[in-house]
Amino acid sequence: MGEAEASGRSRAERFDRLARWLLPLLVVVAIVFGWHLVVVVNEIPPYILPGPGTVFATLVKDWPILSGALVNTLAITTLALIVATLGGVGLAILFSQSRLVEYSFFPIAVVLQVTPIVAVFPLINIYVDNTTAKLLICAWIVAFFPILSNTTLGLNSADRNLHALFHLYGASRWQTLRHLRLPAAMPYFLGGLRIAGGLSLIGAVVAEFVAGTAGFGSGLAFRIIEAGYRLNTARMFAALILISAAGVAIYLVLSLASHLILRKWHESAIGRER
Amino acid sequence: MAQAAQSIDPAASAEQPSAVVLGGVTKRFSNGTTAIADLDLAVRQGEFLSLLGPSGCGKSTVLRLVAGLIEPSAGTIRRPDEQNADRDIGFVFQEPTLMPWASAFTNVWLPLRLRGVSKRAARDRVMEALDGVGLAAFAGSYPRELSGGMKMRVSIARALVTEPRLLLLDEPFAALDEITRFRLNNDLLELWGRFGFTVVFVTHSVFESVYLSSRIAVMAARPGRIIRTLTVDEPYPRTDAFRTTPHYGELCNETSAALLLAMEEGRPA
Repeated sequence: MGEAEASGRSRAERFDRLARWLLPLLVVVAIVFGWHLVVVVNEIPPYILPGPGTVFATLVKDWPILSGALVNTLAITTLALIVATLGGVGLAILFSQSRLVEYSFFPIAVVLQVTPIVAVFPLINIYVDNTTAKLLICAWIVAFFPILSNTTLGLNSADRNLHALFHLYGASRWQTLRHLRLPAAMPYFLGGLRIAGGLSLIGAVVAEFVAGTAGFGSGLAFRIIEAGYRLNTARMFAALILISAAGVAIYLVLSLASHLILRKWHESAIGRER
Repeated sequence: MAQAAQSIDPAASAEQPSAVVLGGVTKRFSNGTTAIADLDLAVRQGEFLSLLGPSGCGKSTVLRLVAGLIEPSAGTIRRPDEQNADRDIGFVFQEPTLMPWASAFTNVWLPLRLRGVSKRAARDRVMEALDGVGLAAFAGSYPRELSGGMKMRVSIARALVTEPRLLLLDEPFAALDEITRFRLNNDLLELWGRFGFTVVFVTHSVFESVYLSSRIAVMAARPGRIIRTLTVDEPYPRTDAFRTTPHYGELCNETSAALLLAMEEGRPA
């Protein structure tokens, strides 16, 4: 009886695991097939709406151009994420050391965050010459805030009694930061990092768009604009698919990193038993 | 667990010099509440003193004042014999208060680490402290992998790793089940008998205070003060058999009566 129950439960579990990746896959297949049908039945010309087969063929055919663009976009995104992490964590640590510094500068960080980057970019365009620097500044402004605000929250959320204990043993400011506040902030920081990963991609793409085709840039967004001017709709779709895939990949990599770092101790990373 | 080889006679400790002396100590918090008022208390060296009282009577405040975690509003707190008093205290909180991101070993290493002792240099002392609470085999375990009682043992090992002369415990076993609690009571007495440090133990349990203490200070609330001090004249080592003796019952009755009086006096007007 008990055994039958157990095997029933494990069968349900296996089904659950299967359904988790099978169902979204089926939905994607259905959408692609529907798209194909719409194109074929209505005889839509490819410069208006290319079918999925055409898009895939373009992806393969234009791979030399698109892969270069992908590398460029990913390079800006990665660089922006690194700078956003350094800036966000650095500012958060600075804020945590002095309330006055936090009071002084946090509102400015909020202003940077809430101002749409598209509106700021023309100004950056005037003052900064180097293209890479332009895109980087743009992506950084978008990405650093979740890291800053999450890490600030995390640094202030260490257990009060642990703080008392550090005080009792005469811990220095640096020791308290290193051994108590930074580890306590880690889950918060990683949560912010996951958001910032997606945002730095968005920042990089938006910056490329706003920068337009003014004689520079060869990222995916630039390729989309360029293909748009040439009515190469299939290549626009192909580039778009690559941007989405890049976003998903960034999210997965950061989630995996987060899991590996927290798996020993944090509730969020501990698998539920039974 | 083996009981302390050394036998301690509570009555004899009256002549011991003081480990901590509180003179006319008042603590007012910034919100206006007077947690304790004009409190005098001398903790004798090597004794096991319990602070017993209803919640809100300021027992924990006394402990935090002695630890130097908070400053008194008035009065003095002295540690007559200690050169470097603030570095010679072990503190155990009501919660285990372990760092969840660190193994039991790293948690116990913390007090030494903060004094600049390297992992290699600290290893023997940390393992000894863990062994003292029966957890040597769990040095690599993370707090979430340990039971409530085991976490509290790690917390005690951490407090003892610096070999403090004074151990302060703030209702450390309140959240544990009774069986675990009894076992930890015995372990604490065994460690106390072995190392001979001074203990100030905060509790709201009459039975626990009588079982453990050589002396009990009963506190009343509003404002927090000591209304009576009782000596528990049962020699150490004490075992679970003590819990079933008539003498234990008498002592509990007497202590309960004092606590009842404390609660009457501390009732809001």
